[in-house]
Amino acid sequence: MRFAVVQFGGSNCDRDVAHVLQDVCGVDTDLRWYKEGLGKGYDAVVIPGGFSYGDYLRAGAIAARTPIMEEILRHSKNGGLTLGICNGAQIAAESRLVPGTFAINAYPKFLCRPAHLRVETSGTPFTSLYHEGEVIRLPIAHKEGRYMADPETLAALNRERRVVFRFSDPKGRVTEDANPNGSMENITGILGKGGNFLAMMPHPERASEEILGSVDGMRIFLSMIRHIEEAG
Amino acid sequence: MNFDVEVRISLKPGILDPEARAIQHALADLGFHTTKLATARIFSLSVEAGSRLQAEDMARQMCERLLANPVIHRYEVEVRE
Repeated sequence: MRFAVVQFGGSNCDRDVAHVLQDVCGVDTDLRWYKEGLGKGYDAVVIPGGFSYGDYLRAGAIAARTPIMEEILRHSKNGGLTLGICNGAQIAAESRLVPGTFAINAYPKFLCRPAHLRVETSGTPFTSLYHEGEVIRLPIAHKEGRYMADPETLAALNRERRVVFRFSDPKGRVTEDANPNGSMENITGILGKGGNFLAMMPHPERASEEILGSVDGMRIFLSMIRHIEEAG
Repeated sequence: MNFDVEVRISLKPGILDPEARAIQHALADLGFHTTKLATARIFSLSVEAGSRLQAEDMARQMCERLLANPVIHRYEVEVRE
């Protein structure tokens, strides 16, 4: 089993993700510089957080148009898992690998703090090790994280159970007060059409070791690993 | 022929513009009270094209494929010779 973590100019969570995968979860992981391409043989790809291309134009807009994204699209169409975290989620939305967009926060400030999330479904390759309705705590760190989509898209996401995480209070209540950035329906994690692409704004790699105060994010990576193992 | 093109990207009506709101507040702190404020982004570019229409078409494709985000943006294209 092999994971790839894609690096763009301006990615800055790439090494954190690779560390968690390699040293904490014990899975072989390569850092892939975008200009070298993705190459073959990866079971899963992670597009990490950061500020690719300095967030020029719109966060993720320029990285989304680089040739490596074509390879990631092919990987995804062939059933491979892909996780886009923070800037990776913005890149995924800009690439239309997931519907909607992550717009500037309702209060236009960079938010860096822990947030509670309710796990909306455990029926995904990314969340099978969580319980449905479980509340977890992960750090968020973004200025452009307000999830927006048109009403038809929102209805489809709900109907097809493709909303994976919503901001909630510690008791799992999805309220306006628990919504740090104004995301529609408190949504902050969604699946692409095939169900094998997860785009999420919070950072699971920053909550995967006891020493960092939380291991709530680690089960995302472990769920992916389990899914790949079971698929053989 | 060389055409100068101006592309103007703005938020669709009804889409929250937090930056505009913050600017409006800052203007108010300076004593300027505005009843409306919106932001937009202008790209000035020049292209080689066979005709004015072709230049406009190129600019529209640029908007569709990169410059604008169709979920939240609308765009206007103006071509000058």
